[in-house]
Amino acid sequence: MTTLQDTLPDTGPAAPILSNAALLRLAVVAAGLVVAFGIVPAVATDYWLSSIIIPTVVMGLAGISLNLLQGYAGLVSLGSAAFMSVGVFSAYNLILRVPGLPLPAVLLLSGLIAAAVGVFFGLPALRFRGFYLGASTLGAQFFFPWLFTNYPWFSNDSQSLTISAPRLEFLGYDLQSPVGRYLFVATVTALLIGLAFLVVRSRLGREWMAIRDQETAASVLGIRVARRKLQAYAISSFFLGITGVLWGFAYLGTADAHTYNLDKSFQVLFIVLIGGTATIFGNFLGAAFIVLTPILLDHLVLAANIAYLSDQGAITNLQRVIFGAIIIFILIKEPDGLSAWIRRGAEALRARPKT
Amino acid sequence: MAFFLETLIAGLFAGLMYGLVAIGFVLIYKASGVFNFAQGAMVFLAALVFVTLVERGVHFWVAFAATSALMVLVAIAIEALVLRPLRNRDPLTLFMATLGLSFVIDGATQFFLGTDVHMLDIGIEDIAQDYGGLFISQFDIIASLIVVALVAVLALVFSKTRMGISLRAVADDTLAAQSIGIRLPVIWRIVWSVAGIVALVAGLLWGARQGVQYSLSLVTLKALPVLIIGGFSSIPGAIVGGLIVGASEALADIYLGPLVNGSVSTWFAYILAVAFLLVRPAGLFGDRDIERV
Repeated sequence: MTTLQDTLPDTGPAAPILSNAALLRLAVVAAGLVVAFGIVPAVATDYWLSSIIIPTVVMGLAGISLNLLQGYAGLVSLGSAAFMSVGVFSAYNLILRVPGLPLPAVLLLSGLIAAAVGVFFGLPALRFRGFYLGASTLGAQFFFPWLFTNYPWFSNDSQSLTISAPRLEFLGYDLQSPVGRYLFVATVTALLIGLAFLVVRSRLGREWMAIRDQETAASVLGIRVARRKLQAYAISSFFLGITGVLWGFAYLGTADAHTYNLDKSFQVLFIVLIGGTATIFGNFLGAAFIVLTPILLDHLVLAANIAYLSDQGAITNLQRVIFGAIIIFILIKEPDGLSAWIRRGAEALRARPKT
Repeated sequence: MAFFLETLIAGLFAGLMYGLVAIGFVLIYKASGVFNFAQGAMVFLAALVFVTLVERGVHFWVAFAATSALMVLVAIAIEALVLRPLRNRDPLTLFMATLGLSFVIDGATQFFLGTDVHMLDIGIEDIAQDYGGLFISQFDIIASLIVVALVAVLALVFSKTRMGISLRAVADDTLAAQSIGIRLPVIWRIVWSVAGIVALVAGLLWGARQGVQYSLSLVTLKALPVLIIGGFSSIPGAIVGGLIVGASEALADIYLGPLVNGSVSTWFAYILAVAFLLVRPAGLFGDRDIERV
């Protein structure tokens, strides 16, 4: 389990080490921005950008969204993908029905609509805790595909009930190319990561953790538990709504209600557990795992050239087996998720000056 | 009125099947506190192995015994490879592990036995007969008798045998049960085996109705509302919860569906479950230890 101490920033008597750590942190952020906005778009091929990097970044963002709710506030959601679909259908209809709305405003409003929906489905959290919350969010997971399928208004009466991405542009810049879509995704992601850090290090984030670890004690301290829980659903769903827009418009280019199905919700859950609960960057490791494992397995099967496996269905099923087994393996071997790797790396760096 | 009753009865029979799947959950939840998402995969595995054996000309009861033996082996493997390394971990981790397990079981089942839909004939005719103006299928009646018999046997085993009493001790207070010498791994193996055999019965009855196919695996998703309504720790509760979900789904589909433009059965059960949670959080038959705020 991640304790409160691990997740709070270092404070304490060791003043010189703290400033080192702060410097290191600043350097890491700067390096991250240089890599994300300088090196990656310059170096990566279109295939890498479109098929690996963009989905990894977007799914990592989905992981952060759920992690705010589950890792920090200790609440449960089995319907992450439903809130993503609310985001993308909101964005589609906003662009369609409110001409001239700039892209950032569309994202913001879609996030807010998803947040309102999230609060509604989070209302049962005021009455009970734990796994039972799964019921209402699982209900959302089945309700929204039904809603978007049965009422074609949401997809502008399209025959196939699919919505296709509008032209992505901002301040006259065309964002249609792989690099443009990547920069769009990376900018939104960087802003949301910043927001996520602000939230978890603010009073709000600390109170979430207090509620997660000891709800009774938290309420004795005067924390307004009910309000904080609903805020957790609101903020998590806000993030998920924007993530849904990125997934539909910047990655797939098209979406329908079933793009955001239960499997997607479970993938987001896997990202949180594999990446590590109550972490921010661990989610990207989890997302990389979710995106890369099927691709790697594909290549492995091709390389092994197993003749009797030429049947695509058999390969898909073999992949399911391996994927499931890896998940169980990681859950057993890395209780804190893959983010334990980041922490060990950071500790190794920090330990060096001492010796 | 007759139409209403027939809809109700059809819904009740569908609900009995939900309840049958939910029993497997209750057994495992009681003994190990795990919400076993792989129960649906176990239903699918058992049904597909059984139907494959029967299609190869194996006698019904031999196939039944062989499949049951396989489910016991699967239970032993799950205990050794998944449950034991993950003991004392939080419920969400265990749930995710069973999700991974469902991928493994579904994938392996279809990898070895193929993805075709198999028709399963278990020797009961599915013909509607007239009972005082109501048309009810003979299959439904026999299937519900089988379910009732199964519940009776389970209830008897759990209240009268040494094994059953140990299981209830574990469910009641795991630490105390261990301290008087009840071996938890043994209990887990037994309970997962029994859940596997219940899955086989469920798979045969569902499979005979709908054909043996992957969608059997998805029955799992209806188990959460069934368990919330019936209570997570009660076998009769699972059946009653199943009946309520089945009947209300069928009625909602007929009477609510036309008002909102289509079938509501995909999500209706969850709304019903949330409503139940608000009114009666422990479920109809559950223990009163649900975490309330």
